[in-house]
Amino acid sequence: MGRYIIRRLIQAIPVLLGSTLLIFATVFALPGDPIAALAGEKRQDPKVVEVLRDQYHLNDPFFAQYWHYISGVFRGDFGRTYAGVEVSELMAAKFQVTINLAMTALVMEAIIGVGLGLWAALRRGRATDSAILASTLILISVPVLVTGFVLQLLLGVQLKLVTGIDFFPVAGVFDGWRSYLLPGFVLAGTSIAYLTRLTRTSLVETLRADYVRTAIAKGMSRRRVIGRHALRNALIPLVTYLGADLGTLMGGAVITETIFNIQGIGQELFRSVYERQQPVVVGIVTLLVLVYILANLVVDLLYAVLDPRIRYE
Amino acid sequence: MKNTATDVLPAEGGLGNEPLLAVDDLHVEFVTRGGLVKAVNGVSYTLQPGETLAVLGESGSGKSVTAQAIMGILDMPPARIPKGEIRFRGTDLLKLPEDAKTQIRGQRIAMIFQDALSALNPVFTVGWQIGEMFRVHRGMSKRDAEKKAVELMDRVRIPAAKARVHDYPHQFSGGMRQRIMIAMSIALDPEVLIADEPTTALDVTVQAQIMELLAELQRESNMGLILITHDLGVVADVADKIAVMYAGRIVENAPVFDIYRHPAHPYSKGLLESIPRVDLKGQELYAIKGLPPNLLNMPTGCAFHPRCPYRQDNCVTDVPELYEISPVRNSACHYWREVLDGTDG
Repeated sequence: MGRYIIRRLIQAIPVLLGSTLLIFATVFALPGDPIAALAGEKRQDPKVVEVLRDQYHLNDPFFAQYWHYISGVFRGDFGRTYAGVEVSELMAAKFQVTINLAMTALVMEAIIGVGLGLWAALRRGRATDSAILASTLILISVPVLVTGFVLQLLLGVQLKLVTGIDFFPVAGVFDGWRSYLLPGFVLAGTSIAYLTRLTRTSLVETLRADYVRTAIAKGMSRRRVIGRHALRNALIPLVTYLGADLGTLMGGAVITETIFNIQGIGQELFRSVYERQQPVVVGIVTLLVLVYILANLVVDLLYAVLDPRIRYE
Repeated sequence: MKNTATDVLPAEGGLGNEPLLAVDDLHVEFVTRGGLVKAVNGVSYTLQPGETLAVLGESGSGKSVTAQAIMGILDMPPARIPKGEIRFRGTDLLKLPEDAKTQIRGQRIAMIFQDALSALNPVFTVGWQIGEMFRVHRGMSKRDAEKKAVELMDRVRIPAAKARVHDYPHQFSGGMRQRIMIAMSIALDPEVLIADEPTTALDVTVQAQIMELLAELQRESNMGLILITHDLGVVADVADKIAVMYAGRIVENAPVFDIYRHPAHPYSKGLLESIPRVDLKGQELYAIKGLPPNLLNMPTGCAFHPRCPYRQDNCVTDVPELYEISPVRNSACHYWREVLDGTDG
């Protein structure tokens, strides 16, 4: 097991190098001059520009620039923005916000998705089942942009106006964990719908398995047959889905963060691409790739815990 | 007064005139998109303590469905039981409330399934699965239940039981898995054990060992054993009597010796003649011609008539009753005398 983890982590190194190189090259190829952008419409002193270009190695060839960047990263130095802020400090603050948001979304997804899926599976073919399936279809079809604004208006603004109580604050994340609830739900929306359907299918299939029939023949109660014998098996594919989805939730927060004015990496990434803040873009994407890799590793390890037929050497 | 589960449970002890288990005129149908499938059409058989009844038939003959009806593990719907009784010590199981049936399943009537790999839960250790019987039904602690599991694994002769109690089903060979299935089924000393094709998925040598084990366990505990199979070779040594099923009905009922010497139904006769025999080596093996009937579109009259070498005109129109040949034998063939005479012995 230990050797397996080490091997997986070593495999992550070329993936990280490759993705950084790719992102670095993409931002390099973008038109426009980041130094010129600093002053907006004003004229800049050519000497100052030259010093800045030199300071940020902008006159070096592409691979020299990349080498300078990546060797810094290995020393823990993610460079500075063109405005002089440490990229690592900037990212730490923004990542904290996005991680909070993504975790809120993930927990909601797990509870609501699995819960609704199990409910639908146990009421298969009846009205509850059809209602749940129909609502997931709606959730999948309507874009985040719409659900985000509609929920913000109804639950964030109108509800507050009617009741006078601010149940779901929507002006940034200044009201503690409660301000994450509504954006978390919006972010998790489609994932909840997919997970509900996956859970339903998984349990329905498991309930048809021979070992479930065996458990009934052993004289186990319906509650135990479903809760122990079937559920343990039905959960296995859901763990994979949830783990892989963590990466999607973190990377997919751009729209949600913009709607709810949350200062996370989604907004930061968008702005940095716009301003050609190369060190910030590459830094954020690298960390996102790392989150993907780690989440997948955790999923694979959890798999072995849930399914004894899987062993890693 | 309201009946609680224990009030309606069949008593233990003396049986009087009532057999241990009696299936009486059982009908099972499945509602499908194609129409009503009549899987079991009036099956009756009885079982005494210590007795082994072999139920023989091709796939689709209704033998497994009958067993699942006894266990109460049919999916209803799509299945339904429009008619019939299953009396266990005189109590009709079909009329019992669900919680009372749960008390009987596994504890007093147990079942072994064909494919132990899929019938055992892949994510729990075998010790956990055997021990569950003691934890849930006897309220034992985890440790005591595990001790019991090891004892049972020893009893069904699994080598190094103590070391293997924490292993998972996939870590065992096919024969060993079936032994675990057996250990689990006999855990609480059931009065009736139903084995649904217990050896079909196994090698021939392992088949013999498993049959031997079942016979031995039965001798020790005096339970009634229903052995469901399509393999005549498997049952000859262990069965006391045989019920041959065809298209959801019993076509012949007889002590095992009689049926092997003088089958009284053309279908049983065909089955016997299709067993390879050393003294007939080199000759072409007999095969019953035609295919088993489509249960959605059953032939008129005797369901076997399209495949029967003894067919006469009335076979196409008249359903044969179960004629009594002797107090212990029946045959559902209008011409059972001709079939009997046609066998040398």
